[in-house]
Amino acid sequence: MAASMSISSLLSRSLAAASSSALRRKGRISEVGRVVSRYGTTCAAVENPNIPVKVNHTQLLINGNFVDSASGKTFPTYDPRTGDVIAYVAEGDAEDINRAVSAARKAFDEGPWPKMTAYERSMVLFRFADLIDKHTEELAILETWDNGKTYEQAAKIELPMISRLIRYYAGWADKIHGLTVPADSSHHVQTIHEPIGVAGQIIPWNFPLLMFAWKIGPALACGNAIVLKTAEQTPLSALYAAKLLHEAGLPPGVLNVVSGFGPTAGAALASHMEVDKLAFTGSTQTGKIVLELAAKSNLKPVTLELGGKSPFIVCKDADVDEAVELAHFALFFNQGQCCCAGSRTYVHESVYDEFVEKAKARALKRTVGDPFKAGIEQGPQIDSEQFEKILRYIRSGIESGATLETGGERIGSKGYYIQPTVFSNVKEDMLIAQDEIFGPVQSILKFKDINEVIRRANSTSYGLAAGVFTKDIDTANTVTRALKVGTVWINCYDVFDAAIPFGGYKMSGQGREKGIQSLSNYLQVKAVVTPLKNPAWM
Amino acid sequence: MAARRLSSLISLSSSATAATSLGSFGRFSRWGRGINSFSTPAAIDEPISPSIQIDHTELLINGQFVDAASGKTFPTLDPRTGDVIAHVAEGDAEDVNRAVAAARKAFDEGPWPKLTAYERSRIMFRFADLLEKHTEEVATLETWDNGKPYEQAAKIEIPKVVRMFRYYAGWADKIHGLTVPADGQHHVQTLHEPYGVTGLIIPWNFPLLLYSWKVGPALACGNTAVLKTAEQTPLSALYVSKLFHEAGLPPGVLNVVSGFGPTAGAALASHMDVNKLSFTGSTATGKIVLGLASKSNLKPVTLELGGKSPFIVCKDADVDKAVELAHSALFFNQGQCCCAGSRTLVHESIYDEFVEKAKARALKRVVGDPFQMGIEQGPQIDDEQFKKILKYIRSGIESGATLESGGERLGSRGYYIQPTVFSNVQDDMLIAKDEIFGPVQSISKFKDLDEVIQRANATSYGLAAGVFTQNLETANTLTRALRVGTVWINCYDIFDAAIPFGGFKMSGQGREKGIHGLSSYLQVKAVVTPLKDPAWL
Repeated sequence: MAASMSISSLLSRSLAAASSSALRRKGRISEVGRVVSRYGTTCAAVENPNIPVKVNHTQLLINGNFVDSASGKTFPTYDPRTGDVIAYVAEGDAEDINRAVSAARKAFDEGPWPKMTAYERSMVLFRFADLIDKHTEELAILETWDNGKTYEQAAKIELPMISRLIRYYAGWADKIHGLTVPADSSHHVQTIHEPIGVAGQIIPWNFPLLMFAWKIGPALACGNAIVLKTAEQTPLSALYAAKLLHEAGLPPGVLNVVSGFGPTAGAALASHMEVDKLAFTGSTQTGKIVLELAAKSNLKPVTLELGGKSPFIVCKDADVDEAVELAHFALFFNQGQCCCAGSRTYVHESVYDEFVEKAKARALKRTVGDPFKAGIEQGPQIDSEQFEKILRYIRSGIESGATLETGGERIGSKGYYIQPTVFSNVKEDMLIAQDEIFGPVQSILKFKDINEVIRRANSTSYGLAAGVFTKDIDTANTVTRALKVGTVWINCYDVFDAAIPFGGYKMSGQGREKGIQSLSNYLQVKAVVTPLKNPAWM
Repeated sequence: MAARRLSSLISLSSSATAATSLGSFGRFSRWGRGINSFSTPAAIDEPISPSIQIDHTELLINGQFVDAASGKTFPTLDPRTGDVIAHVAEGDAEDVNRAVAAARKAFDEGPWPKLTAYERSRIMFRFADLLEKHTEEVATLETWDNGKPYEQAAKIEIPKVVRMFRYYAGWADKIHGLTVPADGQHHVQTLHEPYGVTGLIIPWNFPLLLYSWKVGPALACGNTAVLKTAEQTPLSALYVSKLFHEAGLPPGVLNVVSGFGPTAGAALASHMDVNKLSFTGSTATGKIVLGLASKSNLKPVTLELGGKSPFIVCKDADVDKAVELAHSALFFNQGQCCCAGSRTLVHESIYDEFVEKAKARALKRVVGDPFQMGIEQGPQIDDEQFKKILKYIRSGIESGATLESGGERLGSRGYYIQPTVFSNVQDDMLIAKDEIFGPVQSISKFKDLDEVIQRANATSYGLAAGVFTQNLETANTLTRALRVGTVWINCYDIFDAAIPFGGFKMSGQGREKGIHGLSSYLQVKAVVTPLKDPAWL
């Protein structure tokens, strides 16, 4: 099943530009973009350049081979720009999960993966990172085609972050130390940190390859074997990347990729008795189901990265222009489809009016259009379900009395484009201030003092991240400790280095990914004790 | 409110205890062997009266002893007789709500997490001193309510509890975050913060020891706690929590609710204002607890659950030592240990000798009133466990295992069971698969190392293992191959505060004790700021 399209002159220009400036910063890209297009330019939105990449891999990847699903069934994956079918992809279900788990089980129990030296494992991952860099264009094209995110974002921000993250964990593979432990009596005590075994990993559609990297990087570095289920909206890029990983020398069975749906393939993986560990990124609601399936089956430990309603707090002494720009970015980045989106913009009353004015102006300037076009800041939402849901929330915002400053409508007549939308005068009891909208809808709220905003910022069941804008170190220190969130960005937002742990307090998740903390998700601790006969020291 | 008079025997044993609290367990077993053997029902049928008044039977909420909201009580029984020791306030959802509200206030408004780490550590050190001073009373309560030998409680467990609180008191001011290297111009740091209100659910087999495993790290990290004790053993936790408050613990920081799992336990696991849960108990209940946590507010859960731990005796092992340690690995605490060495796997070349000696050792095991000096084994905890164990023994006989010794109840009162040894146990027998949680040793034969690794790992449990060998390569091979959280090589049941403990597979999630126990009670917060013109990156 291979869809194939031919290259358009427009896109090939943009690709050449992309590959020569892979290290350019996002700011530069948006500058370029602003002169090209505005969100009201519907012709840009429906334009449909041809895609210069072949979809070669639509089957399941099990035991190093691309295979059809046991049932022979496929499902369509769509282009969010049009709703048209890109390709038909093998639809994995329980039987395919069983096959994938046995392949992973064999690769773990009989080797070679956990029996290779850590150095050998790290070399496979380093080679994989090099291959990602080499194939950035194809991967970024697949990502944009399947997801709708802007090509420049995929090629210049996300793919470089992915190879960076894989190199980060490749470097950890030979640095996983246990401890020797002081004992109260004549015993020699040590801890060894072992791979857990077969890890089940379930990733979402908003950052398909980035989440692929966050999950497989630490799991493989620690010596585990994997069965990964992609989101049904975005199955393509992971299959391509997993193929590259095999080219880099990954033994068959170590990483198996199953495309499919949550209630079938996902549930089978979460419930599987031979899966030793589960990592899930997705909604809080699904996270609860996943955890329960794990609890009911074999009590596999579960890492959860779930939803958020993250506050972005602009204090009275903040640089307003910088705060406006970053608050805009914090919400609208990736079409607003970020679990850590700064989706409650709290602004101090003394700068509130100026802030709202400028936030509105910035949103009006946001360039929305075909994500393959250079300079575009915002593409379509992922699918019609999300699209409808977001428009419903916008209607709810209007009905509940918030002030619609700009946006609020779909763009064009094809695909899932939505105008960058800004609400002011938002109150905590409105749905748009409580629920995770996962779309380009900014909600601005006013506050008077720090204690009040801390209380309001914390009055949610989520606790993923927060932004704080202030020049005052006392304010920064106070807010940093008081906020019940896993990441506090002070005078910045969405800084996602490989070394920075990411994860949620409260119902935003359990455990941390990235950084040194993520290693412990994929390691069991074994204490080993022997008696000491006549020890020279204790 | 029960009060009993001092017997001369127990007062003798108490003063001996105070003088030798650092003596080793082996010493007691040697005293014991000359005194009594397991078939002496006389000592069992005339129980010694403990010399302690039971002052605290209410719930401890916000620093006050209070009745249950319902006014209900339940009896806690003496396992030596089945008689009522005291009637204890029965906590239910409303009491858990009150306790959580108190813990919430102590956390959100302080003072606990707002005290300096040094101040928190000082209170914990003072508590450890007070506990040490009251070792006799506390050990007496523990034995009375649980049935474990008084000498074990007073000379092993309470000193370990004291040690654990000092260990975590010392951690309180050593919880460091990291500064993190960044790829761009950012200053990155991690803060390790208390979760908030922790729910702690402990079992009946080591009431105070597991109290210390949970309360120690939770409080050292700055959390507040609502602790639910097991309905079989509510007394000792109330007593020591009172001491904790005398040591300066602010009200609301530690709340203790006695009660049952399906009521008080479920209310705690489901509570929307509890930020973290730690549970020790059976795997079946652990699954329910995790389900409740996931259905409510997704509070992270640490689980310490069941086990069927292999004890592997290789052909080059010192047989006498292996017999003695395999015996204690299984029979310690009446066999009521989650990490009991309950599958004794012996190499065929020494199997016959091992079985002979294991049987002889079991026959010498001194069973009797746990308040009596030299006693190695007291009664099982209650009628339900007692009957369950006897059912497993019948199942062992019916499935064709060879009953080498024991197999019957002892005496006519209470829940005493003869130390029981089965040989010729096959892996498909129930006694080789299920956690019996009683004094029933199952001995199986193996031929080679690969085979015993495969059989040792062929269980859904993965808590611990014992390995007996003089060969370094055998030790290294087995250490890595066994899918268990603790490997004891030529030893067993070494439980230092610094050694992490927990299970692979369905034996649990997370680790308690040691540096690893801290992370169960800390959230990680990443903090990022931009750097303007940094001197270095």
